[in-house]
Amino acid sequence: MKKVLMGNHAAALGAALARVDVAAAYPITPQTQSVELLAELAAKGDFKGRFVLADSEHSAMSILLGAASVGARTFTSTSSHGLAYMHELLHWVAGARLPVVMVEVNRALAAPWNLWTDQTDSLSQRDTGWMQFYCATSQEVLDTVLQAYRVAERVRLPAMVVLDGFTLSHTYEPVDVPSQAAADAFLPPYQPPDILDPARPISLGGLTMPKEYFRLRRRIDHDMRRALGEIAAAGRDFQTQFGRGCGLVEDYRCEDAATILVTAGAVGSTAQEAVDSLRAEGLRAGCLRLRVFRPFPTQALRACLPPRARLAVVDRSYSPGASGIFFQEIKAALYPSRREIAGYVAGLGGGDITVEFLRDIWRDADAGRAVADDPAWVEDAR
Amino acid sequence: MKPSIPAEELLRPGHQACQGCGATIAMRYALKGLGPKTILVVPACCWTVIAGSAPRSSVGVPLLHSPFAAAAATATGVKQALVQKGDLETQVMVWAGDGSTYDIGLQAWSGAADRGEDILYACYDNEAYMNTGIQRSGATPRGAWTMTTPDAPGSQRPPKDIGAIVRAHRPAYFATATPAFSEDMVRKFQKARAIKGFRFIHVLSPCPPGWKYDPGETVSLSRLAVQTGIFPLYEVEDERLRLNMRPAKLKPVEEFLAPQGRFKKLTPDQRRAIQQDVERRWEAWAA
Repeated sequence: MKKVLMGNHAAALGAALARVDVAAAYPITPQTQSVELLAELAAKGDFKGRFVLADSEHSAMSILLGAASVGARTFTSTSSHGLAYMHELLHWVAGARLPVVMVEVNRALAAPWNLWTDQTDSLSQRDTGWMQFYCATSQEVLDTVLQAYRVAERVRLPAMVVLDGFTLSHTYEPVDVPSQAAADAFLPPYQPPDILDPARPISLGGLTMPKEYFRLRRRIDHDMRRALGEIAAAGRDFQTQFGRGCGLVEDYRCEDAATILVTAGAVGSTAQEAVDSLRAEGLRAGCLRLRVFRPFPTQALRACLPPRARLAVVDRSYSPGASGIFFQEIKAALYPSRREIAGYVAGLGGGDITVEFLRDIWRDADAGRAVADDPAWVEDAR
Repeated sequence: MKPSIPAEELLRPGHQACQGCGATIAMRYALKGLGPKTILVVPACCWTVIAGSAPRSSVGVPLLHSPFAAAAATATGVKQALVQKGDLETQVMVWAGDGSTYDIGLQAWSGAADRGEDILYACYDNEAYMNTGIQRSGATPRGAWTMTTPDAPGSQRPPKDIGAIVRAHRPAYFATATPAFSEDMVRKFQKARAIKGFRFIHVLSPCPPGWKYDPGETVSLSRLAVQTGIFPLYEVEDERLRLNMRPAKLKPVEEFLAPQGRFKKLTPDQRRAIQQDVERRWEAWAA
């Protein structure tokens, strides 16, 4: 059924459709409506799981650690400082191989305070062992929550479904909400392995020696790489059942493109408009959106780039002293390469990245004006 | 002859505690009180080690390790998920040291108590960060030596009154216990098991290397802590406090202090002050 929803509501409906057993969360702008809607659905009996309003994000994720350790399907949502506060538990949950799914709404980190979208919060959780999906629409948020559970439970790793603060979280869009039966057909009940059960006492998370620890970490990496295939398969199956879906990357008019805008998140759909307008002027523009950041889709990225196309990576994130975070990752993934790859840092702290702004960036890159190893900090003059 | 506490042993041989460890005897009695339908949640503390390294375990019930500040929240999740699955019987117990209870994990258990989570929180209190090598915690008594309060007269501040902090949350049950009084201790865990809601048991747990005494003295120090009035045994239900042990005459605190190296540098004035503290509190309770 089509509904007009904000991104946060799409996230909460996704969790309810996934028949989550235990959800725990702590409020933070701009994630709050997903928490409120889950509480409301629980009160009305439309969400049949248990909802806990935790005392902090650290506790919210700890609650999910406990719940998932006895075999529950679990959910939370957070943003920015909340995500940073969870950091310890993100490592723990991934190390414990628990398929927790979290919706994370991008917001800049202080100081100084800022409420608006910026991907540095989620990208700084890169090394925690969580899968990361970046969504371009509210529809994709809901669909990705369902797909994330399927993948997470198959590879036994947690997944973060990321959307832009306000740009998506608070923007109302038409969203096709699947029926419960259709969601059930796509996402089977969770069959947890090795859980805590008094009938078969085991201890989880105890001290390990270097050899065991090394091997366990290696298995995480192995399964994270295996997730690439699982994500692609979940996308295909979703496409078959619902007639929509996407894979690891979304390429748009890239086949003969001279210069390609590379983005992640909601900017991805703005970039398609920019490409259309540049194409209308006879320019060979294309764009590519990374939907999945971890595991990093190296092969999928390479497969959809024409051999000599220039790349203009637009980052709403920055690692001080280095560069935009997607820029670094893409350069590493394409190495060795003679391709020109330019990095643009734009829209930190929620600055608008408009069609016109993206056209400017594209023209700059297409003219070969960017300096390869030095990211350009660009502001929209308009 | 029928034993006065359950004969079933859920603490297994081969645990990795120090000789004379109070926290290990305490776990033995706690599990005798709770029985096998129990899941333990253990944050970073001595018991992280005592439980044994993976995949071995020194307890006959499931045990989930958790980060330092996360125990009560992790236990919340375990219990909520069990209830969601229809298991209303399995007991979930946090087993945490004083560091995570008085300091780093205080927010998490305060939140769980505030929500009225149906979990039992047991703090085995050895009065300092013992697992990391004896640093002062919020539970360290005034005057006690630790590695971070090395000079005479040791820790400058009194410990936090954890009983008052817990009781301010109006828990379903609060009790103090210590292993020397094994029947009292087992009874309290049995009783806690039968009560629904947030329950808290504060266990004084002597620590030979941290308190600097002969490992053979653990039970006697545990007993002296009660007999001197340093650690009164009581329980609180429906906000009504009941003293479980009321000695006709308190023994001098010196009997508790003297065997412990951590109090070696206390001045006579400090010793008198501790005695007076105890007497003042005792009079208030007796009234």
